[in-house]
Amino acid sequence: CETNILYFFPMTRGNRTLTPEEEEDSQQHHNNTKAFPVLSFNFEHVRKPFEISLWILLALLMKLGFHLIPRVSHIVPESCLLIVVGLLVGGVIKALDSDASDTNSSVPVLNTKLFFLYLLPPIILDAGYFLPIRHFTENLGTILMFAVVGTLWNAFFIGGMMYGVCQIEAAQLGDVDLLSCLLFGSIISAVDPVAVLAVFEEIHINELLYILVFGESLLNDAVTVVLYHLFEEFSHAGTVTITDAFLGVICFFVVSLGGVMIGLIYGIVGAFTSRFTLHSRVIEPLFVFLYSYMAYLSAEVFHLSGIMSLIACGVAMRPYVEANISHKSYTTIKYFMKMWSSVSETLIFIFLGVSTVAGPHVWNWTFVIFTVILCLVSRVLGVVGLTFIINKFRIVKLTKKDQFIVAYGGLRGAIAFSLGFLLTDTHMKTMFLTAIITVIFFTVFVQGMTIRPLVELLAVKKKKETKRSINEEIHTQFLDHLLTGIEDVCGHYGHHHWKDKLNRFNKTYVKKCLISGERSTEPQLISFYNKMELRQAMMLVESGSLAVLPSLTSMQNIQPRDTVKQRVIPSISKRREEEIRKMLRSNLQKTRQRLRSYSRHDLMMDPFEEDLSEVKFRKQRVEMGRRVRLTETHLNVHNSLSFKGMLHCFY
Amino acid sequence: MVVKNCLLLCPVFVSAVSHSQITRLYSRFTSLDKGENGTLSREDFQRIPELAINPLGDRIINAFFPEGEDQVNFRGFMRTLAHFRPIEDNEKNKNPPTSEPLNSRTNKLLFAFRLYDLDRDDKISRDELLQVLRMMVGVNISDEQLGSIADRTIQEADTNGDNSISFSEFIKADDQRHERTWKHRLDTHIVTYVTAGVTNAGSTGTR
Repeated sequence: CETNILYFFPMTRGNRTLTPEEEEDSQQHHNNTKAFPVLSFNFEHVRKPFEISLWILLALLMKLGFHLIPRVSHIVPESCLLIVVGLLVGGVIKALDSDASDTNSSVPVLNTKLFFLYLLPPIILDAGYFLPIRHFTENLGTILMFAVVGTLWNAFFIGGMMYGVCQIEAAQLGDVDLLSCLLFGSIISAVDPVAVLAVFEEIHINELLYILVFGESLLNDAVTVVLYHLFEEFSHAGTVTITDAFLGVICFFVVSLGGVMIGLIYGIVGAFTSRFTLHSRVIEPLFVFLYSYMAYLSAEVFHLSGIMSLIACGVAMRPYVEANISHKSYTTIKYFMKMWSSVSETLIFIFLGVSTVAGPHVWNWTFVIFTVILCLVSRVLGVVGLTFIINKFRIVKLTKKDQFIVAYGGLRGAIAFSLGFLLTDTHMKTMFLTAIITVIFFTVFVQGMTIRPLVELLAVKKKKETKRSINEEIHTQFLDHLLTGIEDVCGHYGHHHWKDKLNRFNKTYVKKCLISGERSTEPQLISFYNKMELRQAMMLVESGSLAVLPSLTSMQNIQPRDTVKQRVIPSISKRREEEIRKMLRSNLQKTRQRLRSYSRHDLMMDPFEEDLSEVKFRKQRVEMGRRVRLTETHLNVHNSLSFKGMLHCFY
Repeated sequence: MVVKNCLLLCPVFVSAVSHSQITRLYSRFTSLDKGENGTLSREDFQRIPELAINPLGDRIINAFFPEGEDQVNFRGFMRTLAHFRPIEDNEKNKNPPTSEPLNSRTNKLLFAFRLYDLDRDDKISRDELLQVLRMMVGVNISDEQLGSIADRTIQEADTNGDNSISFSEFIKADDQRHERTWKHRLDTHIVTYVTAGVTNAGSTGTR
């Protein structure tokens, strides 16, 4: 692997930095003649963190800047703009550096280790944790077909054709052998999740297409890993035997299933840990992040598919963790994940731009042009061919429009670049890298920019924005039960049968283990309803206007499940506590609370904030007073409890 | 032979379900029919273990039996199941339907609606909704909470203000779901896999 140290700025030439003893010596020596230095400059001390922070700050400022120029950000997707910024920055650094004679280029490059260990995991974790499970499992067959068979087709087609191209005398590419071509094909064939996310996020396409392309980009990681290692081994060994090919197939299964298993194990352990975090709410989000990251790293140790491990961990952990953790932790997890993945994505694109400027390039017209053309052709052929087969098994067929979007959305990105970077240093490596960068630029710029007008032109269905209503939820569950029953009457073990079995198993065994307290037996309908009501109660309290009024009937029934006779607070569920707290706060005269001892580890509201919100609440008091009188009659709060006492307990 | 007789008896099904599907379902029918008298009773259905734990099990069983009868023959069995066959596009051109085909979306939803609406007054009242909710949710939830869920559901779906859900409002609720999941979830894969499973019919039929 390449060097581990990143040189961000040109090393200061000429002045050798003094070692501490020498510095002290010179200082002491100067003590007699010079005054004690009040201000001194010591950059080396903080060099590394300083540079890292500066880069991230730059990336984020760029992101902000784009939105100040509305016209541009409408036409050009953010990823393109970031790459351009990267190009500019790289150009600037190179220009500053142009008088350097050392061979070590001091322009930072998208180092493979940096990419795979630090920049990629947050994005994948964010994607995996918030993966729409229902849509994913309903289309799993299609997604797997595209991911596995499609990627294999792409790799072999591109590799094979490129070998054919290399045989042409005029191209002067005679030294590129078949295995190298196949290796190149395997690197360039995989659809990249980062690029897909970046582009598709902005066009708000309907969920089916989104999950097809995105799911494919996630699941093809296993194929890419196996193919890459396979061809790399072969190109060193020189010959291929049947056993090697057979072992390759076995390796694929091991890599993918092994990765998923590791992810599941970490996910279950993480869910189990979250069961006990009742008293240390502040560190709850960290568990989620750390277990997921460990899953990724553990899979990478064994050369298994880290991406699939990360996805499996997130998917497995999520339902149980969300039932256990507090509302604040849920918000923290959500926003931290989004924040990290956003920063990562921005950094990746900027570094791509910078690396383009930095790296040595070998431009070979034939090679590059044919690569681009072949990528497009193989993608289209692959999608059309596979859809033809898949449509025989689908109830809802994929139309021509869908096929076009799926084919057009096959973007290549930074993963291809990093894999190319990992190749052993040969003349071919630089040529390959140049071609890879060209393909990436082409897909991100051309396809990324034109996909939005094409989506509009073809009138592809957009994402439905409304939230799920309780009506829909009941209806969906009802239909699930109905169809399961019908399938049982027919004696047919179909999709619904197995889903029902899994749900039942989940309810009787798994939930009891992994969810603490009374939430473990709560039916899905009830938890959905509670979440909805809580959301609405908070919306009502937080917004100044009362434009959205929930039904009186539902507000009437917000009550603690157990009657509160004494100060037995743990018997009230956390949700109820939240709701009661909100209601009370909005109506009570806020007495100055005694100063409690400050503790860094407690989540207390800032007293200034409390005052501000109190002013807001007082404005609503007339309306809220009426409401609360209605609800008070239903709240089973005993009069013996003073309100102040209750407030004390809640904090 | 038996199957051909069935086909003669029920010409309306020739267009709705294919030959191999009928064969397969017939063998399922005979395996359920322990009394071997050509009809199924409620007990025969209740012997299916999964239906016993399905919250809607009893209502589904009842849906097979027409008003007031206790036995259902193969014709009735098929008629109910024919509701769930996927709608195919080429069908629309072949035979111009005189009446609406059994497996049209409206008829499917009518079937589901009738599972809610026990007293057949073409409205789902609050009580009927509460009963279904109670079956789906289990015994641990208090009545008031279920009541509030039922109230909210009716409030969301009810457009003409009669405090109950009519069939057209039911269809509208399904429209929302249909848009979100972009497919007719009332179709099952039964009939697409059936054509491959004629030889398996015997083994999967018995339990």
